[in-house]
Amino acid sequence: MTITANTPPSSLPEFSKTPTGITGLDEITGGGLPTGRPTLICGQAGCGKTLMSIEFIVNGATLYNEPGVFMAFEERAEELALNVSSLGFDLASLQKENKIKIDHVHIQRTEIEETGEYDLEGLFIRLGHAIDSIGAKRVVLDTIENLFSSLINESILRSEIRRLFHWLKDKGVTAIITGEKGEGLLTRHGLEEYVSDCVILLDNRVNNQITTRLLRIVKYRGSVHGTNEYPFLIDEDGISVLPVTSLKLEKDISKKRVSSGVSSLDQMLGGSGFYEGSSILVSGTSGTGKTSIAGCFTYGACSRGEKCLYFAFEEGHKQIIRNMESIGMDLQQFVDNGLLQFHASRPTIYGLEMHLVSIHKAILKFKPSTIVLDPITNLTTVGSMSEVKSMLIRLIDFLQSQNITVMFTALTYNTVSDTLADEGISSLVDAWIQVKDIEFNGERNRGLYVMKSRGMKHSNQVREFLITDHGLDLVDVYIGPDGILTGSAREAHHLHEKTGEALQGYQMERKDREILRKRLVLESKIASMNTEFESVEEELNRIYKEEELKKGILDQNRKELTRIRHQSNQGSKQAEGETNNE
Amino acid sequence: MNNIEEETKAWELRLYIAGQTLKSVTAINNLKKYCEEHLKDQYSIEVIDLLVSPQLAEGDQIFAIPTLVRRVPEPIRKIIGDLSNKEKVLVGLNIIPAV
Repeated sequence: MTITANTPPSSLPEFSKTPTGITGLDEITGGGLPTGRPTLICGQAGCGKTLMSIEFIVNGATLYNEPGVFMAFEERAEELALNVSSLGFDLASLQKENKIKIDHVHIQRTEIEETGEYDLEGLFIRLGHAIDSIGAKRVVLDTIENLFSSLINESILRSEIRRLFHWLKDKGVTAIITGEKGEGLLTRHGLEEYVSDCVILLDNRVNNQITTRLLRIVKYRGSVHGTNEYPFLIDEDGISVLPVTSLKLEKDISKKRVSSGVSSLDQMLGGSGFYEGSSILVSGTSGTGKTSIAGCFTYGACSRGEKCLYFAFEEGHKQIIRNMESIGMDLQQFVDNGLLQFHASRPTIYGLEMHLVSIHKAILKFKPSTIVLDPITNLTTVGSMSEVKSMLIRLIDFLQSQNITVMFTALTYNTVSDTLADEGISSLVDAWIQVKDIEFNGERNRGLYVMKSRGMKHSNQVREFLITDHGLDLVDVYIGPDGILTGSAREAHHLHEKTGEALQGYQMERKDREILRKRLVLESKIASMNTEFESVEEELNRIYKEEELKKGILDQNRKELTRIRHQSNQGSKQAEGETNNE
Repeated sequence: MNNIEEETKAWELRLYIAGQTLKSVTAINNLKKYCEEHLKDQYSIEVIDLLVSPQLAEGDQIFAIPTLVRRVPEPIRKIIGDLSNKEKVLVGLNIIPAV
């Protein structure tokens, strides 16, 4: 009949399986229920047997084009239709379209008398007629054990039921037979004796007043199957089963980095934030700003246009949006444009397994790239820390397989500050950021530590974590003589340094001015000396000129005299006399 | 093979069978015998073979074969089996009061 797509191709004849269309169940069974064989679904009252079988029928009719017959021994067709209408199953119209047929076998013990030999051929004929009239491939008998309370002759009944299962196999229909859990037996009347191909046990366990629904495949002849108990959820979409544990640690990992939403925190993480698909733990005592970090991370992711799912276990989503708005982050816009979805619920709403299932469901539906769980420690109200841990392991496994980055926040208590480390949650995560209160100088400030961050360089320094009107910021703390300084002490230190700087600057300025002044003085001195020098030089020049003039005149006179003397020498004694006069 | 008598009788009986099996034949014979003995001219018997008309099984909520249904007088009573225990049949049909 139907062979699911995920059965590997092989030369051997394949074991044919009929998909149930129930989320997760087909994964556990490796494709569905054995085709053409009866499957027994058993469990206590109210564990979801009828719902699971009706989903099998409805999914067959709507998803796989396999009509189905639902033979109800307990509920009337109308009751049944009403009960599942809340899940969006419209049995009435499916019946009209001849895709399913519901036959209510009503046996009123008081109006029946048994005398002598009989058989259940009437039931066979009814069932056969129903199957043939719509060409059914799927059959549910819910629950045939009711016959035991209606009929006295058990030996006839047993042999007839045995015959019925053979007959169903001959018909080639894939059948589900439901049965109520009995004392020490899977079913009250030992139906498992007749159905040997596939037995699924549903359970409804109450622990700490919290109910967890569990499913286990007791046997599945001729096929491998998951053997664990799997939690399952019944909600408005029907049943979802969760095969949650993957045993291998062989997943593709991403080298891509995603910002933490706080650039200064990214700086501490090797400059570019977390790895994509990694898990991040933010722990701290109450009021240290864990939710703010988570909100920032969310804001960052949504700002990049990525989808983000926020699971809040403490605050309602409106509260978170309001609170984040107060530090300048408008998350509402992302809710409006569909990038951000909140799932706020009290942890006590259901058990841990159920939380896991609902988280899975929400993730598969929304397909986010980032999720936030805030805070995981609140889950301890519904389970022990080790249970929470095992749940988180499975959640992280799943998230890694989907390459989803997850941020957990965790509350630590002052008295036992290292609880998380002790419980080993920190070992599960890839990055661990701790926010600690630093109490000093009469005030409380937040110090942020990157405790670990696998596969990247990260700062070993304590930063002061500030929540401002414009988001989060980290600043370097000051190391003073009394240890690290934060808050106003850091501010004071900062101011002190500023004062020092201002003083020093002033002194420098004064020196500069002095130099300037000296320079001016010297320069004016130089100028006056220059003038002095000029006047001296002029004086000297004058003397020199005079000398020169004098010398010229003397030369001229001498030449004149020489000439005159020359004339007299050539003339008379008179001339000689004149020369003597000179 | 349907012995339907037109006029309304005080006892309207319907016997569901599936083919002419031993049980069915025994049941028919037993029923006729008891009726002749105790309800002469006051009864009608309708024999329905579900192999011929399987769609009728649902209406009377038949699951066992053979099943005798007393439609009149009310309330509806059903007796399953080959009707071999005469007393049980007569009590079941309210022909004789229960001891």
